[in-house]
Amino acid sequence: MSSRALWVLGIFVALVALLAAGLTLNPREVPSPLVGKAAPPFELPLLSEPDKRFASKDRLGSVWLLNVWASWCVSCRDEHPVLLELAKSGAVPIYGLNYKDKREDGLRWLAAYGDPYRLSVIDAEGRIGIDYGVYGVPETYVIDKRGFIRYKQIGPVTRETLAQKILPLVGQLSRE
Amino acid sequence: MNRIFLVAAILFSGIACGNEDLEKRVTALSAELRCLVCQNQSLADSNADLAVDLRRQIREQLGSGRSERDVLDFMVQRYGDFVLYRPPLKASTVLLWIGPFLLLGLGIVLLIRRIRSTNRQAPPLSDAERARAAAFLDRGRE
Repeated sequence: MSSRALWVLGIFVALVALLAAGLTLNPREVPSPLVGKAAPPFELPLLSEPDKRFASKDRLGSVWLLNVWASWCVSCRDEHPVLLELAKSGAVPIYGLNYKDKREDGLRWLAAYGDPYRLSVIDAEGRIGIDYGVYGVPETYVIDKRGFIRYKQIGPVTRETLAQKILPLVGQLSRE
Repeated sequence: MNRIFLVAAILFSGIACGNEDLEKRVTALSAELRCLVCQNQSLADSNADLAVDLRRQIREQLGSGRSERDVLDFMVQRYGDFVLYRPPLKASTVLLWIGPFLLLGLGIVLLIRRIRSTNRQAPPLSDAERARAAAFLDRGRE
């Protein structure tokens, strides 16, 4: 084979490798600039009792999950059994951010499918969602004792991501 | 009934006129930002729920006197450089910015080398070849 044919073959193989690597990436997953930064503080009314409020700073000192959900969100239903199991295991408390939802719809949804949340707060206009860079519900944030976001799950939490990423991270953060 | 519509129309047009400059700025700025839900559309083009909310944010912030730069920073803090259609020049985006020029340069170098090597491929004729060529040419002339 001539050296030119080798060159062309080499370039071709490199290009195929590059494109193949590109195909394995998920273009929907935008890396969040918030990972490693302080979680944006919020104080919002509770879904169950709107005259009471929950402030995110109350969670300082413990590791917790913030799960963004809505009754209109179809893939929230996919992750819901996983969250219920997680809540039952007691490994880490889950707090819900009911995102751009109607209160009655949210309550009805929890009544129908079960409530894995320590509590849920109402973000009817999605303003806190914007602060957290939410663009595809469901999203889940792992927040450490200092109130820093350490991991962001875009899309449903699966048993795999829970076992491979979230739970090991929670364990490590609880020891910090 | 018609009168109510008329009053409403007048009121609304009054509001719309007062905000015309602001709306222009909102539209211009949202054309610079990518919609994260439908990633091939700008915030200005998209009617996704999130795009509507983000346009409202832009409108509120510009309306309260913040600059375009402030609003862009606000978006980048939350969604990363990905929201910008014109990403900033930094270490992770250097290749993006200078890549096309590198490819162009590479192409030019390869082209020049190729042209030179084809020129070189015509070796000078030896004396015997020159004589043969002359003989052919002479025969043609006869």
